[in-house]
Amino acid sequence: MNRKLVGALAVAGVAVLVMTGCAASAPKADSGPVTITYTNFISDGANVPNLTKIVTAFEKANPKITVNVKTIPYSGYATAQQTDLAAGTASDVFDIDGHSNYESLQANGQLAELGGVDSKVYNSGLLDTYQTAGKQYALPTSFSDVVLYYNKDLFDAAGVSYPTSSWTWADETAAAKKITDQAKGIWGDHQPVTYNEYYKALVQNGASFLSKDGKKTAFDTSAGLAAAKWLVDKSGTTMPTIADGQGTADFDTNLFAAGKLAMLHTGTWVFGNFAKVPFNWDIAVEPGNTQSASAVFSNGIGVYAKSKHIAAAEKWAIYMSSSTEEVNVRLDSGWELPTISDSAKLATYLSKGAPANRQAVFDAATKIAVSPSLGANSQAIQDAMTAALIEAQAGRETVQQALDSAKAKIDPLLAG
Amino acid sequence: MTAQTALLDKAPGFKHSRPVRDSASRSRRIKYTLTVLAFLLPSAIPLTLFVLGPMVAAAWVSLNQWNLLGPMKFVGFGNYIGLLKDPQTGAVFLHTVYYIVGYLPLVYFGGLALALALNTALKGRSLLRGIYFLPVITSWIVVALVWRWLLSPSNGIVNTVLAMVGIHGPGWWTDPTWSLPSIILASAWKDLGFVMVILLAGLQAIPTDLYDAAKVDGAGPWRRLISVTLPLLSPSTFFVIVISLVNGFQVFDQIYAMTGGGPNGSSESVVEQIYDFTFRYGRAGDASALSWMLFIVILAVTLIQIRGQKRWVTYG
Repeated sequence: MNRKLVGALAVAGVAVLVMTGCAASAPKADSGPVTITYTNFISDGANVPNLTKIVTAFEKANPKITVNVKTIPYSGYATAQQTDLAAGTASDVFDIDGHSNYESLQANGQLAELGGVDSKVYNSGLLDTYQTAGKQYALPTSFSDVVLYYNKDLFDAAGVSYPTSSWTWADETAAAKKITDQAKGIWGDHQPVTYNEYYKALVQNGASFLSKDGKKTAFDTSAGLAAAKWLVDKSGTTMPTIADGQGTADFDTNLFAAGKLAMLHTGTWVFGNFAKVPFNWDIAVEPGNTQSASAVFSNGIGVYAKSKHIAAAEKWAIYMSSSTEEVNVRLDSGWELPTISDSAKLATYLSKGAPANRQAVFDAATKIAVSPSLGANSQAIQDAMTAALIEAQAGRETVQQALDSAKAKIDPLLAG
Repeated sequence: MTAQTALLDKAPGFKHSRPVRDSASRSRRIKYTLTVLAFLLPSAIPLTLFVLGPMVAAAWVSLNQWNLLGPMKFVGFGNYIGLLKDPQTGAVFLHTVYYIVGYLPLVYFGGLALALALNTALKGRSLLRGIYFLPVITSWIVVALVWRWLLSPSNGIVNTVLAMVGIHGPGWWTDPTWSLPSIILASAWKDLGFVMVILLAGLQAIPTDLYDAAKVDGAGPWRRLISVTLPLLSPSTFFVIVISLVNGFQVFDQIYAMTGGGPNGSSESVVEQIYDFTFRYGRAGDASALSWMLFIVILAVTLIQIRGQKRWVTYG
């Protein structure tokens, strides 16, 4: 049944491709003043003023176009996006949450083809992420990766040397154990116990989430078990437990900002959270076990296929992903990195203040743990994996039991 | 007497004895019908637009596979059959019934106790009534955050107090065994004031001379409660139970905000599942089918209640 659905979607995709192809080849020239809407999550929180700066600059450069910005928190963005698209009331331009979000939007004909993109300006790998059949349907606005944050003061106090790029899991565990002082509320380490961390840990241990043909899970190996234990066993030894609040929103970044956490696995998007902390901190590439591998994410921006102002919308999408103003705002504020190809310009990012080792952000992106392609049931598979890992973390199941039950749930979901 | 003639009885100038086919009477009837319709319109229009319309639309969606973004694919009753075969469907209904069974007695007897206490000449009772009603008008998101904090396993107030008397508190919403009890507790607390207000109104409608008569007959406070108060309160009780059951089957906000259906699906209710189907898993067809299944269950339970009320509800 599912194969039929995929077939139907593919047919629909082709149909829409043809339709949008026509639309893109003859864009309606907007002569009078135009107001376009832009729905985003990327500025929610600390970056609203930064986005405002870019919008103001765009409107100055394009006096006939006004951009109305609507900002939605990341946690509610997927729901809002689907509802708007299903109702046909989506904004002219909207954020796309990475590659899998792009794939589903593109396959369902929700994105207009972008004809006027100068591909030389963009990092080609990131630009490819938003292409289908050689055509550009969205643009990358930023990229980020997950690195190891560490509190230098806590390392110094415990007499432990700082993480380096040659660290392995064993080094991290040893340091975390030495620094953890539960009586004082000092914890050595924090890494989320989730599907996202697990597929990466598998790669770091020379294993993989899916079999080579992508039709089955492949984590039922000793390397897969070790990767799960790497995540789960921190809980209660070097990392706070679920009962302590671990796993709730912002728990880890708040603990780190409070100076009570020595090491933190999280994305480069929280640099801003630690801008004013009263201790010294830096970042390093995440340690692997048998090999180094990091998770890399990008955010995209797309134009709604049903937009009445596709030309103006495309202009804004391009501006928001590659204009000098956008690049400068991102580099100056330490917002996520711009997706441009100009390495000389990107290099200025290295000397923009804490953390000192910004080179790690680029180094992490050289060895990528590629996110597995999970198909139509992607979200259900991710949820099942995370739930199973949490059962092991809470001690209600052994790690082996949790992996077995996850496999039993996920394999049928992969088959469709 | 049918409902139709009952209505007509109240029409101005209508006389039962006059032949109905009389033309003046017919024009009056048309005028009367139009008047009734005009009065119904202000609520009928939004009801059609926002309740009946979506219900019909959901019935159509439930016969299709649809991920909200692409075109629909007609599958007939395939979604219903798939859901009936899926053990997860039974689990979410079971969780919902568990919630109702835990919540209903707690909120009813709690509300009754409050209503009885605040129906006396207690000093500051108006203020207390207001205080108990406050949670009812507070947003579930706020209440859920407060209760998550109260029931926080390692540093919440509840477990701290329990530890003082030597009890090691459970993991509450982080523990599959305790996730639904946590939600029941928070829900009963929030809705207590609503039940209290309804029952309080019922209590105040009971004529005091009945109590005086009971006293003269030598009935003590307990006997008066059993033989006078509770029977005469039964219409209010019936109302509270119907409303609470309907709301109970639709339990969602508190689960979404407190546990998200977890841990490991242990508090996943029917509506939480409907939400996940639609917005997490792109299965709007299954979500609509499950909505209709829930509607049929609620309708059946309510009809049974309305039939059963004759046995125990006393009016007047």
